[in-house]
Amino acid sequence: MRDVYVIGAGITPFGELWNMSLRDLFVAAAKDAMKDAAVGRLDGMYVGSMSPGLFVGQEHLSSLLADYLGAVPVPCVRVESACASGGGAFRSAFFEVASGASEVVLAGGVEKMTDFADVTGALATASDQEYEGYHGVTFPGLYAMMARAHMRAYGTARDEIAAVAVKNHENALLNAGAHLRVRISVEQVMSSPPVADPLRLLDCAPVSDGACALVLASEAYAKQSKRPLVRVAGIGAATDTIALHARSDLASLEAVARAAAKAYAASSRRPKDVQVAEVHDCFTIAEIMAIEALGFVGRGRGGPASKGGETSREGPIPVNTSGGLKAKGHPVGATGAAQIFEIVTQLRGEAGKRQIRGARVGLAQNMGGSGGSATVHILELV
Amino acid sequence: MFGIVGYGAYVPRYRIRISEIAAQWGRESEGETQGRGLTNGTGLVEKTVPGMDEDAITIAVEAARQALARAGIDPRRVGALYVGSESHPYAVKPSGTVVAEALGIGPNVHVADFEFACKAGTEAMFCALSHVKAGEMEFALAIGADTSQGAPADPLEYTASAGGAAFVFGRGERVMCEVLHTHTVTSDTPDFWRREGRKYPSHAGRYTGNPAYFKHVVGCAEAILEKSGAAAPDFDHVVFHMPNEKFPIVAAKRLGFSTAQLEAGFLVREIGNTYSGSSPMGLAAVLDRAKAGDRILLVSYGSGSGSDGFVLRATDALEGARGRAPSLRSQLEGHRIHLSYAEYAKFRGKYDVCG
Amino acid sequence: MPAPRYAREIPQRYRFEATRCQNCRKVAFPPRQVCSACQGEAFEPVVLSDEGALVTWTVIHVAPKGFAMQTPYVVGIVELPEGVRVTAQIVDVDPSELDFGTRVRRVLRKLGEENESGILHYGYKFVIAR
Repeated sequence: MRDVYVIGAGITPFGELWNMSLRDLFVAAAKDAMKDAAVGRLDGMYVGSMSPGLFVGQEHLSSLLADYLGAVPVPCVRVESACASGGGAFRSAFFEVASGASEVVLAGGVEKMTDFADVTGALATASDQEYEGYHGVTFPGLYAMMARAHMRAYGTARDEIAAVAVKNHENALLNAGAHLRVRISVEQVMSSPPVADPLRLLDCAPVSDGACALVLASEAYAKQSKRPLVRVAGIGAATDTIALHARSDLASLEAVARAAAKAYAASSRRPKDVQVAEVHDCFTIAEIMAIEALGFVGRGRGGPASKGGETSREGPIPVNTSGGLKAKGHPVGATGAAQIFEIVTQLRGEAGKRQIRGARVGLAQNMGGSGGSATVHILELV
Repeated sequence: MFGIVGYGAYVPRYRIRISEIAAQWGRESEGETQGRGLTNGTGLVEKTVPGMDEDAITIAVEAARQALARAGIDPRRVGALYVGSESHPYAVKPSGTVVAEALGIGPNVHVADFEFACKAGTEAMFCALSHVKAGEMEFALAIGADTSQGAPADPLEYTASAGGAAFVFGRGERVMCEVLHTHTVTSDTPDFWRREGRKYPSHAGRYTGNPAYFKHVVGCAEAILEKSGAAAPDFDHVVFHMPNEKFPIVAAKRLGFSTAQLEAGFLVREIGNTYSGSSPMGLAAVLDRAKAGDRILLVSYGSGSGSDGFVLRATDALEGARGRAPSLRSQLEGHRIHLSYAEYAKFRGKYDVCG
Repeated sequence: MPAPRYAREIPQRYRFEATRCQNCRKVAFPPRQVCSACQGEAFEPVVLSDEGALVTWTVIHVAPKGFAMQTPYVVGIVELPEGVRVTAQIVDVDPSELDFGTRVRRVLRKLGEENESGILHYGYKFVIAR
């Protein structure tokens, strides 16, 4: 398979975007990505979106978004893997270019969540509907059970978990497009309204609208770009059981570890080579478990590492410089693409005040449901 | 020999004190403080409250599980399953089919729901027994279970409660309590009723006494005593329907029974009026303690009106089988959760969350 | 949940009916066509035990539609002796009574309803085995 490059990137602000519809959001991000790519050619499109049917009653995004982007008759498919839809769309686009089948493919994601649907219920469809959702468990509930198991197994403390949210909010202050741009403290996290014990409101990513798009291209087209060249160095993906109760270890993210292993092998990189990472902090505890699964810290050390500043912008492994899902926002289907957008921005040296100096190798980890699916993408500055 | 080959009873864990309800309506001054708490004219201290996730079906299943455990039979041998209640969860769709599937009974089983106010449980018992007596089937299961409702501020709110009992009927050596005689009286007496679509029942106040409860309970008891050739002192235990403390005590007195004979099955002060579960649960409580040879009289009452009477005798088989499931007393004295009126109202759906 | 989908699951919801892989003996609940351990396709019926141990739990304060009246309620993961774990509510309990390994017993309870005029949903929940 041949090399694939990211030559264009576009993103909308994330937040409660009352005046933008689902199609408005995607088109805004996609046309910015195409402008950034400045390539005048598009062979295919992949759009990640978890549940446009439940959120806005709209399916068939493939046709809708190709139409409204003005891209008809370009082939388009919607990719769904719950919260890993965006990563899945990018992965599909990668293979289409890497295989030689296409030269330039757009991969993006979008979610419109604030048009007043039953958000908790829609998100719960990422769980086992018959054997988890039927019993009244919610997503915060599943992660809360994982948090309790992690605290028991490793002695992870409540304030260590809260430190993740505090750090990500700090980072978002430097990201103009982030949903939540407000400084918070550990005390505020720990005294915010309970959602699913032991998780509280400020442990949970917000409900956001947003879209993001990336343009992937072959080397021939990448060479025409005037932008700093970013190559997809390695990709990996894996599944795990859908139900949390069927996992072998409730306190770890096996699918993430497996996807990461593949990405590291494909890119000939190790965890310590990664200089900046975007991980899937749908809940604070998810970031703690993700950095363990990605090999950035030892198993069970995610809590102390987060509290100790190891994942801050100044630390050895800066995680979620964008603000993460927690503060940047989590329009579900867009998240996987937005994580890659932040890595591309960092590698290009365009992250402004949140720039990690000299970052040449970055990693984006996207995850679905309670860890039933995961993608890991490693990108490098050429 | 025909009769009960297995029995069981179930009460929910939740309780509300009568004083808590009285305080809600500014009636703290009614009644006197006695022992465990304030009672009022009903004589009750507290009543049972079903969990939000409990209903006549779930209660029936719990009681019937115990009955099947004591009977020690494969559920597929049960040829009929009858559930009597006045709080069947569906208006149309039998409670009995859910109960049958939950217990592993069927598919070769006759199922029907009964309704006759508070005597729907004993109706189920009468019909189950009859099928076995007629030789139609080996075993038949009868259940009386309710999660009855009382309108806010109505006297029934002090007493309407939740619980159930179940009896497996069969024949031969397995019988732990023989049924010697049955008798039923019925008339159209409109003392208590609920119209379709209404949330709470209505009643005719003092008319529910002599012309209704006493006429049928006493009338049925006198008839069955004559039928069986027995007199009140011949019985070791007597169970009447218990809508409150006073009515069964007065009925006992009129018929020549002592309060000692009432004692084993007299649950109302602790659990309230469990409607279709009331006299069946009283019988279950008696069976938890009865000795071989004990004679038992059971007379239920259902508004509308009617009474089912049973003359029973405990056998040698009772003692050995009794321990296969928890006694009702152990449930009554076990873990209990007391609710405030606000929690009680939420549990009973007296208000609703929007959306 | 509409009637046909609900009815299919009755053996699992009411009676805890599971299957055991004839090749590697792993028990699957709910029953499945392909064993997750050995990809075997031959199974035999087995009924799960009524009692198990609590593995982890949470108290739900923000509930999905249909569960709002019940908040706060406990949801946990229970491990059964057959090596199967299930997700279910733990009821009639104060959360402070729960610990890792608490013994719990299965009961049939009403889980909800399709809507005001729809079918009622019954299924398994757990209480502390006292």
